[in-house]
Amino acid sequence: MSTSIKSSTNELTFASVPAADGLNKALALSRVDIIDAIHESKLKGRGGAGFPTGTKWNLAAAETRTPKYMICNADEGEPGTFKDRVILTEFPDLVFDGMTIGARAIGASLGLLYLRAEYGYLHEHLENVVARRRKTGLLGRDIAGIEGFNYDVLIAMGAGAYVCGEETALIESLEGFRGEPRNRPPFPVVSGFLGRPSVINNVETLAWVACIFSKGVEWFRSYGTGASAGHKLFSISGDCEHPGVYEFPFGITVAKLLKEVGGEDAKAVQVGGASGRCVPRSEFERRLAFEDVPTGGSIVVFGPDRDMRAIAHNILDFFVDESCGQCTPCRLGNPKLLQGVEMLQEGTCSLQYLNDLKGLARTMQVASKCGLGQTSSVAFMSILEHFENEVLGRKPLL
Amino acid sequence: MSDKTTLPKRRAPLSQLLQPDLEPAPPVVEGTIGAKITVTIDGIETKVPLGTTILEAAKSIGVKIPTLCYHPDLEIAGICRICVVEVEGQRTLQAACAYPITDPIRINTYSRAVRLARRNVLDLILSEHCGDCYSCMKNGNCELQSLAEEYGVDEFRFGHLEVPVPVDDSSYSVVRDMNKCIRCRRCVRTCIDLQEVGVYEAVNRSNRVSIETFLDKPLLTVPCINCGQCINRCPTGALYAKPALHAVWKAIDDPAKHVIIQTAPSPRAAMGEMFGLEPGTTVTYQMNTALKRMGFEHVFDTNFTADLTIIEEGTELILRLYKALVQGDTSVALPQFTSCSPGWVKYAEHFWPEFIPNLSTAKSPQQMFGALIKTYYAEKMGLDPASVVSVALMPCSAKKFECNRPEMNDSGYKDVDFGLTTRELGSMFRQAGLHVPTMPKSDFDDPFGGATGSGLIFGATGGVMESALRTVLELVTGRKLETIYEHGDIIPVRGFEGVRYAELTIDEVGPVPSILAHLVPDWEWLRGATLKVAIAHGTANARKVMEDIKAGGHFSKCHFVEFMACPGGCLGGGGQPIPTSKEIRSARARAIYGEEKTLDVRKSFENPAVVRIYEEFLTDGPCGHKSHELLHTGYIDRGKFIE
Repeated sequence: MSTSIKSSTNELTFASVPAADGLNKALALSRVDIIDAIHESKLKGRGGAGFPTGTKWNLAAAETRTPKYMICNADEGEPGTFKDRVILTEFPDLVFDGMTIGARAIGASLGLLYLRAEYGYLHEHLENVVARRRKTGLLGRDIAGIEGFNYDVLIAMGAGAYVCGEETALIESLEGFRGEPRNRPPFPVVSGFLGRPSVINNVETLAWVACIFSKGVEWFRSYGTGASAGHKLFSISGDCEHPGVYEFPFGITVAKLLKEVGGEDAKAVQVGGASGRCVPRSEFERRLAFEDVPTGGSIVVFGPDRDMRAIAHNILDFFVDESCGQCTPCRLGNPKLLQGVEMLQEGTCSLQYLNDLKGLARTMQVASKCGLGQTSSVAFMSILEHFENEVLGRKPLL
Repeated sequence: MSDKTTLPKRRAPLSQLLQPDLEPAPPVVEGTIGAKITVTIDGIETKVPLGTTILEAAKSIGVKIPTLCYHPDLEIAGICRICVVEVEGQRTLQAACAYPITDPIRINTYSRAVRLARRNVLDLILSEHCGDCYSCMKNGNCELQSLAEEYGVDEFRFGHLEVPVPVDDSSYSVVRDMNKCIRCRRCVRTCIDLQEVGVYEAVNRSNRVSIETFLDKPLLTVPCINCGQCINRCPTGALYAKPALHAVWKAIDDPAKHVIIQTAPSPRAAMGEMFGLEPGTTVTYQMNTALKRMGFEHVFDTNFTADLTIIEEGTELILRLYKALVQGDTSVALPQFTSCSPGWVKYAEHFWPEFIPNLSTAKSPQQMFGALIKTYYAEKMGLDPASVVSVALMPCSAKKFECNRPEMNDSGYKDVDFGLTTRELGSMFRQAGLHVPTMPKSDFDDPFGGATGSGLIFGATGGVMESALRTVLELVTGRKLETIYEHGDIIPVRGFEGVRYAELTIDEVGPVPSILAHLVPDWEWLRGATLKVAIAHGTANARKVMEDIKAGGHFSKCHFVEFMACPGGCLGGGGQPIPTSKEIRSARARAIYGEEKTLDVRKSFENPAVVRIYEEFLTDGPCGHKSHELLHTGYIDRGKFIE
């Protein structure tokens, strides 16, 4: 199968897994065995947070209230991330296989795929895939001859808000309300869509689920690191020779990854999108894995001539626009940080005020209601930490 | 007695519901595992029921956690983040108001991280607040101001709102000053969830979020019902009732004016709170003295016209029933709805205009009084009605709108010149140095007589219904009410359930009393009849009943329904002292029922002043020509869209 995913380190997994293969193998197992297999695979959520998928499924499976929902988060909005788009375009069957396996495992009767507004052009393509799967008996009543296993998938369109990638805001949006994160607990596995147990998995996570059942738990676990098993897709952009979507095993160092893409002279890389951290050259030997530098797959390479203050400004400007506006730290904190960067640019920010802003950023990280506000200042803080002289407009001593 | 057949319709985002109530939680059996959970707060160990929030748990052991977006009457939002606390083992701080305890956690409510976070949050909130405390209606009773004091705010660290947006004072009742809004969304949750009116919503994202009406139109031009519940729950001075006190002072100061005041029942049970008394302490007679010292010529009891309302509205009901049941007139609109809550009336005009014929045409007690002051009273006293200034002390913000309705000038003048809220009058007392609780006591003035009980209970939900039933039952059966109900208390219609339903069977009938003799020949047609009544308070509950009536449900079989716009009835009105909560409203209700017990006249038709006015002035009797001219009114189909 042809694919635009690249790699020089390993065989490309998704292209080698036939549609419905993983699903058929999984459906031959009992529900408990499906969850056990995912547990054993040590698969962690590919959206960035890295929550163990098996644990999430287990919690939802333990809920007695029905109906339950199996939701695919296809609201790929993190700046610099475009891997899910490739998966949905080239391997949609793997995603639906994963959703159906999850539905079987937790006992869901309906699936929803929440598609990013900007991916509207994929809507028809995905509807066609769903229609084909209904025709071939991969969706609908008594799937694979399992009596009572009824499952169907609806495609729902997002409306363009970044925050709707946050799972509870996504649910609010699905329900037709303002896309604003909920208080957690209760978590969606207990009370999600329409107040019912719901699992929300990233597109890539679900595709890997299908691969795990197709190729086996052992195969999956033989790649990656102890805490971060398997391969991962990376969306690589910025100042490099060969940007694109790559498949690498977890644990690859930043330096090695840069070599692969032709970005060896980078000054820094932004790992994990706007909400991720900025890794300076001095830390390029660090590994991309949940236990070291965690990532949802976005890598933006900054060449030697990039202005780090402008990068901080760009990232904060994004969050000022995208905060849902609910909780105080995020709603009002991001604009203050952005204003601070502007003051730094103008040379009007005192060190004392900069300290106030650092304290504010720490408050935002611990006191915001959802992941957006808790991570929006991470890039700003890591740029301040590693590029203090540049940001303050000082020439380094020596 | 309660009726819970109609499931609540969810209108608010689930984010604002702590536990979505789609199905009832399994009952927790006392003494079984999981019923109680041990939690350690600031080193103090305590046991709380599973699912208790950290805020509630802390409160139960006397640990105070600051709040802003939290309000006990409202769904949880968890958005201001001032209540964050540290839960051991968790990376981030947790909002105490929104965090249900399900594990034996250890909590620290004032660690360094918590204090720093709270201070930062507070500084951020202050950065978008204009901070003009000295020129604010909520000065001294502002939750944001107290927090700033508590946390030692000594500068606007992250700046300060400097470009003022225009204040929306288009409404007769509610003023919105968005320069003081902190986006806690209590008003949004009040309007959408509590009242189900929904004139406010948060629009836009990020720091551009603002609380707006539909298309940001002036409040006067959206279907706001003026209930003022948002005012009662606003933590700052962003929402307040349109002040009338300056105009009232001016009238008092004018020697050419004869200024009188009527006082509604609910403010008496709450005015004490303005002077630091516990909720539920009545200051009826002390307030009478203070009002007279302040310069009001006479102090009247709105209970007089409450009794009059009962007579007029009760007669109207009997006439409707007679027409429908005896004369077979199918055009008669039943059930009859009460019309004394101006918030409810406007709500009906906006949202249920097809039911306007069901609204009793009887004016509210305030407006009946207004019409009589400038006719009967002026005549009796030999006053030029143009020189009389009629003021009404009300627990209500909607009364300010009501007295400005263009049709409310049946006396030939504006029937009621000014409506004052309990809060405004409290402030006037303070300006005059009158400490109400320590005033000597004095009674209300003639010719409208002293305090009566039947009107007093108008202040609580179910009170109008109870008053009406007391009168109707005794007039129809000819028996003393006390022989039917112990002490004459009709307990089935009392209580705080949102919707209540009651049936009363008329076993025997007596002779038609002379006051009604010209309207019906006998009561035989009511013998053995079952009177079906319902009560709803808060417009969310009113909506449930209205939807049921519209669908032809069992509420449509009712004969008479009491609706109050505000939760708890008038005692929870939008003009009452702030704060408000279920406990405070219950205390006020207890005060009202307690005072009512002490009064001799507890039935409207026994009020001597009422009897006198029908003899002297309204000589063609209840629902007669004169009373129709002065005491009855009509309504407007307003619809949801206003040009």
